[in-house]
Amino acid sequence: MAKIKGDIVINVERCKGCEVCLASCPTSVIGMAKEVNSKGYHFAIKVNDTCTGCMNCALVCPDGVITVYRAKVTAE
Amino acid sequence: MEEQFAKLDIRKDENIVYKRTPLLVDRPLSYCPGCGHGTVHRMLMETLEEMDIQDKTIGISPVGCSVLAYDFLNIDMLGAAHGRAPALATAIKRMWPDKFVFTYQGDGDLAAIGTAETIHACNRGENFVIIFINNGIYGMTGGQMAPTTLPGMRSSTSPYGRDEKTMGHPLRMTELVAQLPGTYFVTRQAVHTPNHVRRTKKALRKAFENQKLNVGISFIEVVSNCNSGWKMTPVNSNKWMEDNMFPYYPLGDIKVDGKIVEPKAVTAKAGE
Repeated sequence: MAKIKGDIVINVERCKGCEVCLASCPTSVIGMAKEVNSKGYHFAIKVNDTCTGCMNCALVCPDGVITVYRAKVTAE
Repeated sequence: MEEQFAKLDIRKDENIVYKRTPLLVDRPLSYCPGCGHGTVHRMLMETLEEMDIQDKTIGISPVGCSVLAYDFLNIDMLGAAHGRAPALATAIKRMWPDKFVFTYQGDGDLAAIGTAETIHACNRGENFVIIFINNGIYGMTGGQMAPTTLPGMRSSTSPYGRDEKTMGHPLRMTELVAQLPGTYFVTRQAVHTPNHVRRTKKALRKAFENQKLNVGISFIEVVSNCNSGWKMTPVNSNKWMEDNMFPYYPLGDIKVDGKIVEPKAVTAKAGE
């Protein structure tokens, strides 16, 4: 059975840590890092691998730092 | 830590479903974290990208936080004097009727100092798009009271809350211009949840398509947050906006194809 899998890549240097993406993610893929980027913001990171590639986080991100990948993966 | 959950097998170029549009200059936006301006910029540029009119579009940037919009939007831009963007847009559109012209204004610019220009441009039925970002406050200069500030809302020049008896009532510009015969498409949107972002993009697309028809002003108000001015975190300010701004500024289309639509029950909650 084919399954939709997704992945996100966050440009951590551009992230301003507003946490709007956290609230929009249906599968709670995103969390905030303890570390800060060069501007001093706690950036968003992936904290698990349940991403479905729904693009919600990328749509609400004011700075457009999230790139979304989605593919059909056939389960073994 | 992030790499631990990376799915490298699907991180390929052909699987990209969303990425930052190349029509935005590759430079960090100067807005505060969580500000709706960034999202509107992105939706605007994606609309132009989809319509393939980057080289035919001229934007007018206002005075306010988005005065630097020309630093980020990779199109031809002009800066107008405070509030005068619709007047400048009128001139540009009349000189180059085949170009796509839009103004991008905040509530201090459009609803306070530029009220005359806005209303007269709408009344003349000029053929361009007005994008109006309403956050109920003068964000750039330090959170002063704007005409759109809600009753009882605290700002740096109304520290005890806006008193309607002495400071007047909040101005609903969008309903006001919808009454004018020169407007063709008038709508109010928001950009705090994915669904609202999608709707805003649809509205922008419709507005730019209307310019091809030469039918009149398309006026899009975007109710946005100002977490610095409201002194809240971005997530709390979005919640506050849903609870307080949306009852006074209900979302939805107000005038479509030159006809005022009957107001229906507005559901402004997240995810609807």
